[in-house]
Amino acid sequence: MKDKQLDTENEELLVLKDVKTSFFTKKGVVRAVDGVNFTISKGEVVGLVGESGCGKSITSLSIMRLVPQPAGKIVSGEILFKNEDLLKKSEDEMRRIRGDRISMILQDPMVSMNQLLKVGYQLGEPYRYHHKVSGSLREMCIGLLKKVKVPAPESRVNDYPFQFSGGMCQRALIAMGIANGPDLLIADEPTTALDVTIQAQILKLMKDIQRESRSSIILITHDLATVAQICSRLLVMYGGRIIEKAPVKTFYKKPAHPYSVGLIKSVPVLGRPSGRLYSIDGQPPSLLDPPSGCRFAPRCTQAKKPCFEIYPPETILEEGHKVSCWLY
Amino acid sequence: MPISTLAFDINKSWRLNANYTVQENVFGFLYGYEADFQGLFNRKSYMFLKKGKKSSEKKLRVRIPYLGLGCLGLFFFTVIFANVISPHDPYEGDLADSTLPPAWEEGGTTRFLLGTDMLGRDVLSRLIHGSRISLLISVGCIAFYGTLGVILGLISGFSGGRTDMIIMRLADLWSSLPGIILLFMLAAVYGPSAKTIIITFGIMGWPYYGRIVRGESLSLKERDFVRLARVAGCSNLRIMVSHVFPNIVNTVIILATIDIGGIIVLIATLSFLGLGTQPPSCDWGLMLAEGRQYITYAWWLVTFPGIAIVVAVLGFNLTGDWLRELLDPKQKLR
Repeated sequence: MKDKQLDTENEELLVLKDVKTSFFTKKGVVRAVDGVNFTISKGEVVGLVGESGCGKSITSLSIMRLVPQPAGKIVSGEILFKNEDLLKKSEDEMRRIRGDRISMILQDPMVSMNQLLKVGYQLGEPYRYHHKVSGSLREMCIGLLKKVKVPAPESRVNDYPFQFSGGMCQRALIAMGIANGPDLLIADEPTTALDVTIQAQILKLMKDIQRESRSSIILITHDLATVAQICSRLLVMYGGRIIEKAPVKTFYKKPAHPYSVGLIKSVPVLGRPSGRLYSIDGQPPSLLDPPSGCRFAPRCTQAKKPCFEIYPPETILEEGHKVSCWLY
Repeated sequence: MPISTLAFDINKSWRLNANYTVQENVFGFLYGYEADFQGLFNRKSYMFLKKGKKSSEKKLRVRIPYLGLGCLGLFFFTVIFANVISPHDPYEGDLADSTLPPAWEEGGTTRFLLGTDMLGRDVLSRLIHGSRISLLISVGCIAFYGTLGVILGLISGFSGGRTDMIIMRLADLWSSLPGIILLFMLAAVYGPSAKTIIITFGIMGWPYYGRIVRGESLSLKERDFVRLARVAGCSNLRIMVSHVFPNIVNTVIILATIDIGGIIVLIATLSFLGLGTQPPSCDWGLMLAEGRQYITYAWWLVTFPGIAIVVAVLGFNLTGDWLRELLDPKQKLR
């Protein structure tokens, strides 16, 4: 438990130990999440970054125990939430945790809401599932909408989702996520479907709410700018594994893993003419038959012989900065 | 021209004419005219009329099927006010008044507007009371198998896997059973009656609804709002009842309205064959069957029940068609 020494000042909220989630398909076993370890402390905002199909979403669904059935299955590992293993809980106990202690914000706000039910009703739902409610939750819902800064909440609670704009829907979803004051909020690409100005507003809102409620947030995204705005720490995922963990500032200054270096290089910088943008050659590995050594080795420019044979262990570069690469 | 081709042609002419006016549309009387609604009809509020608020006020053009609604209105009017409007007792007749022609024919009297049958019973009164039987049986059947179909379809589509397979194979098995034979059997054991029909078709009809509801819920359960409900800690039963079911209601309403027409015809057929309600019941099909022997000199005995069936079926079908168009979110209202 090396993480423990680093986060001594913080209490651990969520610990993932060697979690493996696979999909059993006709073509074979797809190892979507292949041995992921990380720790989230109380009140921490952590970004989980990676390209499409690298296992980010499946990691978060594994935490919620909502991996698509029947093909998907969490094969092994431990997910400790407040020192209790979520994988050993019954479905019923899990349901009591979902939406109450751990909640999630989905990525497409417009289709995530039931078009036939009023926003006010849907906002109250997480509360209704977890508490005995008699009477109307109108006041509470108005309060929630106020919290996420939807204008004119008193009349807006009676609207249907289609009467909301994309940004407002996302705000409403965030309101649903925080309705029960969860300890952990997993935001799965909360800003992908929105345009840039709204993105900034939503991110600021999330940051404000987090500061107020002291809950932890895992922000799943493929947008490095988003992470830079609100996260304190960053996990880079590639091919079903976490390849680098670093505080955000360190990561932007000196990324260690060749993949991270490539990522940073490929972000265009405003005002600096760069000509053709950098791109990482090759294709992400098929998780159906992943390379035996480092997942990134076939695309890596600095790959040596051991890279193709043995998966590199985690190396500590400095406090809080860890990388899985043979170069270090 | 058979009705189906006629309807198709009308359909086409209506669609092709994007800017048609009431005068241009020859078939408007059948298929319906368009009317403007300001703020009265809020389509996305998903059902029925709702007074629009200022923010959501929308001007929508809605086609109103006057003929369909008119037929349906007439049908329901006779159902509700059967006792008030029928001039005679439908079951009592005087043999002295036997087979009197309609009022406008030679020998007819204004006492019996549509004439009398061979037992001297008033045809009009029997038609009016017959509407109640038609509605009772058809709604009974649909309520029975509709409920069964929706419940099984929801469970099947939502649970997937083995449950789904078992229910769907059961549905296949079920639809291979001949309903008429079962009806013969039940009629032989319990006697042919409205109850027997409702029970037989109530049991037999569910696979149709089951399959459609299953298909709908299969696609609905993959939708993000179901995922969201699950993420919020919602139980499966609750997702089914409060999230998936409201999304299916439209389909079920439309199916049911269109189905009722078919069932009215079916009941008439069964009564005609002697498997349905028995004399002295005034079911339309039974009236047809009874009048058949006298068709050469008492044409009114078969004509008027036939017209009644056509009116009722047309009313339900046109309205059902209209509802389908209205409630289908994919069909844009112009």
